[in-house]
Amino acid sequence: MTEQLLKVEGLKKYFPIKSGIFGRVSNHVKAVDDISFSVKKGETLGIVGESGCGKSTTGRMLMRLLEPTEGKVTFDGQELTSLSNSEMRIARRDIQMVFQDPYASLNPRHTIEKILMEPLNVHNIGDPKERKQKVYEFLEIVGLSSYHAKRYPHQFSGGQRQRIGIARALMTNPKLIIADEPVSALDVSIQAQVLNLMQDLQKELKLTYIFIAHDLGVVRHISDRVGVMYLGNMAEMADTEDLYEKPLHPYTQALLTAVPVPDPAFEREEVVIKGDVPSPANPPSGCRFHTRCPFKMDICETTVPIFAEVEKGHSVACHLYEESRPQ
Amino acid sequence: MADTTVNSKDVELQKVAGPWKEAWRGFRKSKIAVVGMGIVIFFILLAIFGPLFTPQGINEQNMAERFQPPSSTYWMGTDDFGRDILSRVVYGARISLWVGFLAVVASVIVGSILGILAGYYGRWVDTVISRFFDIMLAFPSILLAIAVVSVLGPSLRNALIAIAIINVPNFGRLIRSKVLSIKEDEYIMSAKAIGMKDSRILFSHILPNSMAPVIVQGTLAIATAIIEAAALGFLGLGASAPTPEWGKMLADSRSYLTNAPWTMIFPGAAIMLTVLGFNLMGDGLRDALDPRMKS
Repeated sequence: MTEQLLKVEGLKKYFPIKSGIFGRVSNHVKAVDDISFSVKKGETLGIVGESGCGKSTTGRMLMRLLEPTEGKVTFDGQELTSLSNSEMRIARRDIQMVFQDPYASLNPRHTIEKILMEPLNVHNIGDPKERKQKVYEFLEIVGLSSYHAKRYPHQFSGGQRQRIGIARALMTNPKLIIADEPVSALDVSIQAQVLNLMQDLQKELKLTYIFIAHDLGVVRHISDRVGVMYLGNMAEMADTEDLYEKPLHPYTQALLTAVPVPDPAFEREEVVIKGDVPSPANPPSGCRFHTRCPFKMDICETTVPIFAEVEKGHSVACHLYEESRPQ
Repeated sequence: MADTTVNSKDVELQKVAGPWKEAWRGFRKSKIAVVGMGIVIFFILLAIFGPLFTPQGINEQNMAERFQPPSSTYWMGTDDFGRDILSRVVYGARISLWVGFLAVVASVIVGSILGILAGYYGRWVDTVISRFFDIMLAFPSILLAIAVVSVLGPSLRNALIAIAIINVPNFGRLIRSKVLSIKEDEYIMSAKAIGMKDSRILFSHILPNSMAPVIVQGTLAIATAIIEAAALGFLGLGASAPTPEWGKMLADSRSYLTNAPWTMIFPGAAIMLTVLGFNLMGDGLRDALDPRMKS
């Protein structure tokens, strides 16, 4: 059994809604409401969900770019949520992030060299000459050339910029990379290139990924395990093949039904959900999915289902599977 | 890991146009802007080297030569004390540009600090600073300048301070709004993700990216500051008697307007030309630096 790199327990993020001239807190948007999971060393955990389900918020809370309202994040034996701000800055050396928009995540006034050098300067790694050499080396590693170093971000295409973003995340030799929709802003042909690059890097550098995306196909391609989020909760989590072949949660089933299959003769049982995602400021009682669930039972309206294992490595939060749970 | 040794010399040879260089390229395209810059450069050179070559002394009175019209000896004529107007206008360039430049630099510095604090830290810091700006902007600027000078006492230095003060809220607001928009950009988030300190993010990311509008506004503000300095001089609240300040010269010429119009025309033309130069240059800079204006 490989060891755990990251453990998340009861993570919550409530954004206050202020109203009136005195800015009294009238309600909260429950962006992330009590999720727990862990990530093993060397694996890729995919997190999927619709827009606004809290997957990006989760990613940002893991490295405390957003302060969690509640919950515990333990990384490599160190409890991140109890660190002071300056200790957290140092800890970020081991956790890096790749951002969604390659057009916005690079400072337009800095050269690529300066952008890539920054993490080394911040964490005081190597002397200036070594730093420069490392910048050139990583440019080559992500498939660019060292002569690109003196250029500015606007002189690159989206795919190239995302490679730069990946190179920046790699500069400090991190253990964990949180990729927040790293390919959703790219063309499909470029997506594949960037995904393959990320997989190659994972093998070479023994990286662990948390891969946040809304594209089920992309997630299936890259992940070892997948977590499905709905309205701030984790609905289901399982090994990739297990989840795609045998989805348990009705929401996961519905999501997978929506993925087109390139075979006109293929017929499947369709799980169709109706309506829209409810507001996270005022989520439904009980199971958050009950307003849209085709298999709704009475208990779903009143009791929150527990997120727990029903089979080995396959956890789900749904009352349908209450009996099959090992007691 | 790929084994790559790179000759860093090859990399150094790559010269690529940065954002500033591109802006300069855009600026050069506009003929009017280049003319404006020509005028500004002309006046700057005049201010620096002009006084070395002036034919007459600036304050030498020659009562026998009062009110001489422009001639080959006195290119711009003489004033009521028989002083050479050309020499005084040339020396005046030094005063006006100096006052304009210094006042604007001072207000940019103070305004930037306040604007960055307000924009980056938000909350009560923003509230206090923004309300302070609002209060200052509630007064007509020249009235506020007059009030400041009357508290400090009339002198060129105090006029400069007054002009600097009245310009602070303009720059402060400009920077505040720019910082507000930049701090939401993803590269600020990524700088945080790297583990960068707040202060470093401010100086290496936010400040350089909010400078473009400040440069534009600064150039235009120098023009306004020169006019304001001249206005204060005209009202007797700026430079005192023998100093050849353009506004003061205009004020002195009032009584002789019909008999010796050259005492007014030349200082007036100097003010107009300098201000025009700065405005043309500022417009060109705005077009070159503001991506939204690009065609």
